[in-house]
Amino acid sequence: MYVADSRASTPEAPASADGAVRPPAGRRRTAVAPTVLALGTVSLITDVSSEMVTAVLPLYLVAGLGLSPLGFGLLDGIYNGFSALVRLVGGHLADRGGGRHKWVAGLGYGLSAVCKPLLLLAHSLTPIGLILAADRTGKGLRTAPRDALISLSSTPRTRGRAFGVHRAMDTAGALLGPLVAFLILRATVDGYDAVFTVSFCVAVTGVVVLVLFVPGSSSAPAVDKAVRPTLRAALELLRRRDLRRITVCALLLGLATVSDSFVYLLLQHRLGVPDRWFALLPLGTAAAFLLLAIPLGRLADRVGRWRVFLAGHGALLTAYALLLTSWHGAALPYVVLLLHGCFYAATDGVLMATASDSVPEELRSSGLAVVQTGQALARFVCSLGFGAAWTLWGDRTALLASTAALALCAAVSLVLLQPAAREAAA
Amino acid sequence: MTVRNRILILLSAVVALAAVGVASVLHASARADRRNQTQPGGPRVTSGSVTLTTPGRMVFRNMAWGPHRDELTTVPASDPSGPRTASGVKCLRFYAASGTGVCLQAVHGAVSDTYRALILDAHLKEKARYDVPGIPSRARVSPTGRFAAWTAFVGGDSYAGTNFSTRAAIVDVGTGKLIPSLEAFRIVKDGHDYRAPDVNFWGVTFARDDRTFYATLATKGKTYLVRGDLRTRTVTTVHTNVECPSLSPDGTRIAYKKRVPGLSKDAPWRLYVLDLRTMRETPLAETRSVDDQAVWRDSRTVVYALPGDYGADLYEMPADGTGKPRRIGTAAVSPAYLR
Repeated sequence: MYVADSRASTPEAPASADGAVRPPAGRRRTAVAPTVLALGTVSLITDVSSEMVTAVLPLYLVAGLGLSPLGFGLLDGIYNGFSALVRLVGGHLADRGGGRHKWVAGLGYGLSAVCKPLLLLAHSLTPIGLILAADRTGKGLRTAPRDALISLSSTPRTRGRAFGVHRAMDTAGALLGPLVAFLILRATVDGYDAVFTVSFCVAVTGVVVLVLFVPGSSSAPAVDKAVRPTLRAALELLRRRDLRRITVCALLLGLATVSDSFVYLLLQHRLGVPDRWFALLPLGTAAAFLLLAIPLGRLADRVGRWRVFLAGHGALLTAYALLLTSWHGAALPYVVLLLHGCFYAATDGVLMATASDSVPEELRSSGLAVVQTGQALARFVCSLGFGAAWTLWGDRTALLASTAALALCAAVSLVLLQPAAREAAA
Repeated sequence: MTVRNRILILLSAVVALAAVGVASVLHASARADRRNQTQPGGPRVTSGSVTLTTPGRMVFRNMAWGPHRDELTTVPASDPSGPRTASGVKCLRFYAASGTGVCLQAVHGAVSDTYRALILDAHLKEKARYDVPGIPSRARVSPTGRFAAWTAFVGGDSYAGTNFSTRAAIVDVGTGKLIPSLEAFRIVKDGHDYRAPDVNFWGVTFARDDRTFYATLATKGKTYLVRGDLRTRTVTTVHTNVECPSLSPDGTRIAYKKRVPGLSKDAPWRLYVLDLRTMRETPLAETRSVDDQAVWRDSRTVVYALPGDYGADLYEMPADGTGKPRRIGTAAVSPAYLR
């Protein structure tokens, strides 16, 4: 767990334009606002719950229910579009009525929680597919309001660190979930019902922590009603030059970010990672993400978020380049996974921290949702393109093409962001 | 609300939820104990010696509750519902021919399950073992016993990951050389070389010549019957909408599950037989959806599993579309007829 850092004597930011909620003055400042720790705890608990289910789901479908899971992913494409919409709706709902972030996030966490016992009742693919869709709808709803809460409860100068702490806790939960699930399966025979029940109890605990320990909207919502949180206002956010710049860069870089599963497949294809280790590859990325999220978040606060964000894509670029070389040393998988985790640590929370600086408080959720959605859709497009390129030209050429694309997008972003960096420095 | 009260509420919620969670785990582990008790009225199972070279016997995975649950078990092929002899070897999926067996097993590790394929000799002694990358689904041995094949489901490694794929492997039992995935083979689809990252193979079945095999290839939402050549490492599509093919002993027909349009998404398959010379499809008499790779008991009869009270039951029916399905054994799956 993150320990209060006495060196973090960042001078209190003067009442900033976006009026961050200040931590209580007087006592020695803790490094991270209690709200961020509370949200991190909620995410940790929720990820334990959801990853428990994810880890046993294939086994449950095949061994527990005797279903064939093939073709299950057919709807994924359609669902990706829907999930983007849900995220925008979640962001918008959270902004309306003067900041209902907590309650919209709570709705999302609650929806995912009730999906777990429903899994016990469903015994065929269609209802199970619907339940998983509802589960992901819950995730879509809660993401933007949760990130808005994190940004609103930390000062602009410590936002990178706040997001880093949150992402580290979130990832820790994701690593623990499968462990808990398999311990339960070990203690039972076909104990899928026990896994789902425990997953539900864990998810409810997460909701309880959210309700009890995450403060609702600051009693008096921002008096300045210059920007009313309407849907149009959310869209008009893109007319703000700085946010547009961020969104465009996130989109561009997203277009050259090959999806995780392709990275693992490439590792296996190019390095011959044995099958028995294949399932462990995502754990490598997660472990690096967990370890680096806080240090890189702090670094982002110190040297500039854009620099770290772009450096993260540099790490990804290096990983691609390593996969292209003929060096097949034993350390290569570790290095690639470390770089991959480093990419997430330097970009995931850091992007939200940066975007927060450019979105007014009244539209925080909507603004973050716009950036996240843009990035998610760009990555989805990249997956489709990469799949097609792999088909046409084979894995090496496809990777070469995306490496070139990523280098180009990173260069364009560097140029686009120069003014942003200068403004920030001024 | 004071911090103290909030903590008290949290603690009571955690205690209540923990009680529910612990109760569910205890309930599920009590079920584990129940399954180790023999059920009254179930098949009689005793331990004994099982070999893969005794003609006239059927070997399968026994699913009846009791101490021999999941063990390889044998019965006379002429009296499949009679007393069972259990071997002590546990398998999820199994097949055997000419004294070679392939047994797909789960290995319970500290933090997760892994899977492996064992190549067994006629006395069920392990000759070789291979890692299986996911949940085992199909197993086959070539009629001569020289090649073995298996299919596994791989996938589900991201948040609510719903993309699954299959991996089909073939091993030369004599040399120990493994083809970890048929995806390495050249694909000729409709007369042209074909490549796609979404290619999946499953359900290998071997011909008598130890060179030809058949399997299902899936890509872009369609399935194909492919004929494979182990020497040229090529597969060629020969028919569409064929899953889990099973070649008849005389090598002229394929029993398979066909996805019939208009059926529910959860029970989409019917068993068919394809004549490889005329390419004529014959629907078989079973009216339920079958999700199994059928086995030919002889050149006129196919045997397959359907879900039953204790996992699965075995049925047989004529391979020419006539007659009616007949249940030949309960609590059994993965049969192999010893010849």
